[in-house]
Order: sequence, then C-alpha cells, then structure tokens
Amino acid sequence: MIINHPHLGPRDAAEFTILGDADLLKRPDWQAGNADYAFYHYLYLRDNPAGLHRELWFHECGDRSWLIVTRDTVTHAVLDVALARDVALSSKKPKVGKGARAAKKARTKKPAKGCIAEDSPK
Amino acid sequence: MSSIHPLKLFPVKKVFFFPLIFVTVTLVVECSVAGVDMRYSIWSIVNQALKGNRGWTPVWREPEPKLHYDIVIIGGGGHGLATAFYLASRYGMTNIAVLEKGWIGSGNIGRNTTIVRSNYLLDGNEPFYEQSLKLWEGLEKDLNYNAMMSQRGIINLYHSDAQRDAFIRRGNAMRLHGADAKLLNKNELQKMCSFLDFENARFPIMGGLLQPRAGTARHDAVAWGYARGADQRGVDIIQNCEVTDFIIKNGTCTGVRTSRGKIQADKIGVAVAGSTSRVMAKAGLRLPIESHVLQAFVSEGLKPVIPGVITFGAGHFYISQSDKGGLVFGGDIDGYNSYAQRGNLPVFEDVCEGGMAIMPMIGRARVLRNWGGIMDMSMDGSPIIDKTPIAQLYLNAGWCYGGFKATPASGLCFAHLLARGEPHKVATKLRLDRFQRGAMLDERGAGAQPNLH
Repeated sequence: MIINHPHLGPRDAAEFTILGDADLLKRPDWQAGNADYAFYHYLYLRDNPAGLHRELWFHECGDRSWLIVTRDTVTHAVLDVALARDVALSSKKPKVGKGARAAKKARTKKPAKGCIAEDSPK
Repeated sequence: MSSIHPLKLFPVKKVFFFPLIFVTVTLVVECSVAGVDMRYSIWSIVNQALKGNRGWTPVWREPEPKLHYDIVIIGGGGHGLATAFYLASRYGMTNIAVLEKGWIGSGNIGRNTTIVRSNYLLDGNEPFYEQSLKLWEGLEKDLNYNAMMSQRGIINLYHSDAQRDAFIRRGNAMRLHGADAKLLNKNELQKMCSFLDFENARFPIMGGLLQPRAGTARHDAVAWGYARGADQRGVDIIQNCEVTDFIIKNGTCTGVRTSRGKIQADKIGVAVAGSTSRVMAKAGLRLPIESHVLQAFVSEGLKPVIPGVITFGAGHFYISQSDKGGLVFGGDIDGYNSYAQRGNLPVFEDVCEGGMAIMPMIGRARVLRNWGGIMDMSMDGSPIIDKTPIAQLYLNAGWCYGGFKATPASGLCFAHLLARGEPHKVATKLRLDRFQRGAMLDERGAGAQPNLH
C-alpha cells in the first residue's frame, strides 16, 4: 500500500504503524454521567466495516505525524489522506466567522455540562 | 518427539487382527449399507477397490432449506460444522441447518497453518484449549474420518533468561490444568533440532517449551469430517445460502432471511469468523472485534526436515512441515483492517526474516504460494462464546488467529450453550460482556489493541 502523505508525498505503508478506527479521536467526556458506558463503547466496540474505513496511521519512520487515512478494507485502496491534527482541530473549532468569544464559550460550556450530568442519577 | 508420521489413509490398524468371521460379517454389513451411510473402514476400501471405486457416493446431501428448524447455525466453516455435529451427536438435536454463503470449508478452516496445541497460560483459556486437544485426540474415532491428526509436538523457543522464566510459568499453568509441558534446555533441543541457529548473535536460542501432545491436523479433512458426521445424523448443510437479514420481533430473533428464502428457527447461532461484524451488524450489534488479514506460506515439497511445530520466541514466526513435504509457515497479521483475503509484502518480508533468524537453511527453500485469511481479532485476543443482547441469537466469534486448534471445543461449547442455554464449564469466561465488566482474558497483555494480539 502507498499512503500519499500531505507533506511528503507518496510513502510506503511499511513506514507507518496503524492505531485503528479514526473514531478514537472522539474521546468521550470523562466527567459525563454515563462516562463508563461511553468509554466502553469508545475503547472496545468497532464498526469494522467492509468498505470505506477512516483510520489513524502514525508516520513512525518518517515525520512522526498522525494521519487520517480513508481506505477501502476490501481492496486496500487508499482513497484519502489528511493530517489528523487538521481534522481534530476542524471538528472542535467553531465555524469561521464566529470568533474567539464563541470558541471560549464552547470551551467553558463543556465542563459545566459534565457537572450537571455527574450530579444527576445514573 | 516423533518424526513425521507416514500418510495414513484411514485409522484402521487394529482391525487387521480381528478374526476372519468378523471380516465376513463386516463385509456383508458394509456392502449392504454402502451407498447411503457408508462407514469408512478397511473393508469399505477393499470392497470399493474390487468394484473399481465406482461405488463411492457423495459424503453429504444437498438438501433444500426447510421452513423451520430448531437451530440454525450461520457459517459452514469448522466451528459451525463442529457445532452442528456435537448438537446432533452429544445433545440429541437433529432438526438443525448449517447455512453457508459459499461452499463449506471455504473460509479459514481451509486457510490455516493446521497447528493444534493447548499451551496457554490463563485460567479462562487453558482448560478450554485442553478440552479441545482431548477432543482432537479422539476426533478420528468420533467422526470415522481420517483428519490426519499427528501429535508431533510443538516447541516454543526462548532466547533470554526472562523468557525462560515466563515459559516455566506457562508450562506449570498448563500442567496444573492437566496438559503436558516439558522445558527443554539447549542440549536437549540441539538433539531434536540441530538445524536451528543456536548461536545467533541477536537471538541466541537457549531452549524451548515443548508440548509433546500438540501437533498438526489436516484442515480440510476436519471440515469434511464434521460435515459428514453432522449430515449422517440428519443435519441439513445448505451451501450457497447467504443470510441477508435477521428476523427480530420484540427483541427476540425468530429466524433469518437468506438468498434461498426465509427460514424460521427457535435459536440462531452465528459462527462466521472474519465476517462476524458484518453479519451481526444486520442484527444491529456492534462488537469488540476488528477483521484483519493473516498470511500463510508454503514452500516447495522437501524431504522431512522439521520434526514438529517450531515457534520463534523473539519475533513472530511459526513453522511445521506438511505430510506432502511443504514447509508451512506464518507470522504476524498485517495489522490493518482488511476483508481482502490477501496481504502485503512488508509482512511477507518480516515472516521470512523471522525464519532466517532461527533456521538459516530455510533460505534455500522456495516459497510455492501464499494466501490470506480474515481473522476476527477480539479486543483482548480471546474468543467469545455467548448469548447476545437479542434473545435466541447466539454468538461464537473473536478467534483471532487461533481458531483452528479450537475447532472441536468451540463446537462442543457452542452446542452446549445452544442446547442448554448456559455456558459449558470450560467456556464460562468467554463472555461477550467481559469487556464492559473489565474481566478481559488478555493472554498477551496488549490491551484493547486487536492488531497487537
């Protein structure tokens, strides 16, 4: 397999190690009331599709960047490669135009949510 | 450890010494039943030889699916067929169908490296695999079919003091569970396997852990033997029958929709190895399983050189020699999710490097062919034989790349679960909910990372 690195161009897959499903980026809130259940799903359960699969690869023998590779598990064809950092940041950042205040609001809102959930009965 | 057994056609040795009257009676009996429920024996061979081998009949039927069965088993591989066989032979249930998408034995039972062993450490695993090895030892009599079971032993090599200590611990765990284990020092090992690279600078071989009762069996024959045994007891083996959906009403599974119509059943068991996630997704379940590709390799046929099964302790490499003479070997899974039944060259190279590290003579052998199989890698490296959250739907999965040796016990325990509704005593820890309970059976201690088990 050849992985088309966003910075380094086409590289042999043997330079990389794979961690697994890209959903591992979506770490649950550890303070939420259902955290044990959420982490069970996060850590152990997988979609394991036959077909398109987004997965985390680490360029261990290269620039040591984390990538999100979209690959077909039936044909091994690599269809898309992106920097995991970009994907993670774009999914957390508020949409362009809302500004830093909205970002700050989003950041401070989360722990509050967690506290409420923690107090509520499980 | 014995040298390689000559190819035996049928397990008939003792019959030679029976009196002539028995011979005559047997001949008459064999001739009378030949064609329907033919039992294999020396007399059936003689009988057929005299008739020019024109009287052999198909070994199992090709029945049309019925509308209803007591139990439907999805997956006509080793585990599914073994389950049907033990349900019929030990639990007295015969209204059973085995549904197979392709042809029976077309999956991992026909793709493995044929190793049979019970050298595990953990409490929840070792009794299960020892039960399996005991069933292997009686399998040919059970099935009246030559599975070419050959107890030529397995040696796990160790390369450091720490590894020797770990193997002593494992050997003791095995013996505590009634299995056999013997620690070999360098001298003892040199007498058995002089060809190993004992003075390798990086991975010197210091000795090995031997399990004499381990060995190899003929993989295809296992599938065919179980299929024949199940079919003779009335089980319908339905090939080219793909399950397209489960019929689930109020949280209870009542049957399946297939490419050959709707089939109702009281209980449904799923034993589909690498396709587990795909099939169970039709029932709305997500599982602690990833599908990975494992490659296997065979060299050209050689004279007997490798006495049993040998595994490398410093890397991942295992090798044995088939009765045809080919060196059968393999190593790690490729490491990425795959349903392709073929792997890539980096692992090919890694496996060959492992071989060269322990026995440089392997460099003279030419690889004849290689192939891949799809492993249902579980999150702790151990299997699952359990009920599912959907009533009457049962699961047998997560075999990683250890499914072949487990075939008999997997079939027996799954049959027990389906017939009695409770786990077999050697499978009480192989539960689906163990991940949520934190009761993992992690033989390797690698954590929730399926490609490291």
